[in-house]
Amino acid sequence: MRELVEVLAKALVDDPRAVIVTEKEKDRSLVLELRVAPQDMGKVIGKQGRIAKAIRTVVKAMATKEGKRAVVEIGQEH
Amino acid sequence: MMERIETLGRTVEEAVQKALKELGVDREDVQINILEEPSKGLFGLRNRLARVEVVLDQNPGKVAKRFLENVLRIMQVKADMEIRHMGDYIHLNLRGANLGILIGRRGETLDALQYLTNLHVRKKCEHKGKIILDVEDYRSKREKTLARLAVRLAEEAKRTGRNIVLEPMNPHERRVVHTTLQGNRYVQTHSEGEEPYRKIIIVPKK
Repeated sequence: MRELVEVLAKALVDDPRAVIVTEKEKDRSLVLELRVAPQDMGKVIGKQGRIAKAIRTVVKAMATKEGKRAVVEIGQEH
Repeated sequence: MMERIETLGRTVEEAVQKALKELGVDREDVQINILEEPSKGLFGLRNRLARVEVVLDQNPGKVAKRFLENVLRIMQVKADMEIRHMGDYIHLNLRGANLGILIGRRGETLDALQYLTNLHVRKKCEHKGKIILDVEDYRSKREKTLARLAVRLAEEAKRTGRNIVLEPMNPHERRVVHTTLQGNRYVQTHSEGEEPYRKIIIVPKK
């Protein structure tokens, strides 16, 4: 799942090397934290969060297939 | 993803194979430039290896195909891909068993994948057209269903003289309904509400 978020994000940003995805368990769901370069935030969120929503939809499809729950959180690279 | 690679080999073919393996693509997805032909020096001295440059082909159809192949590999979904170019549109149809996961509820996942593919392709190549992604002809079947539904509901509106409100649909699906009923003498159609809850109203003509 981590790899999926990474591939989707890298396909959209200007700086693929700054894409970092970490995963952790929280309340029985998998939390995937996506971090990108500050100037790439818009590229993974989009107007009214449309891109973020599409990423979440695809990740959710894979999670459902594996019988898991996954949450994608998006933040800036620190 | 790597987009360009240089490799060495005893023959040009060997260098090319090495590059394809490293890029993880087929020969049809790349352009090959021979930078140096191999040569044998005198008495086997100073042999020179072949050097090639292999560059990923950036035509929109192939960029889209590679992106989706990558996504499907990670999702562990097996599918064959057909690419058809129709003017500015590129149709990608996926075929295989158990692809329902790629469609999702009312095509939600399919729309998301199509949207992300288009963003990626627009970023990689200056492509003005659109990629239409379909799975097992889901979209074309859904269009036919929608067109039939539209005709049936128009009949009903005409018969009862009352407005009929349809379920929320995406812009593409709404267009199918509008287009189907465009020439209808007995009803008019328009949309109301905000995305993603925008829906069509069929109004009988007085």
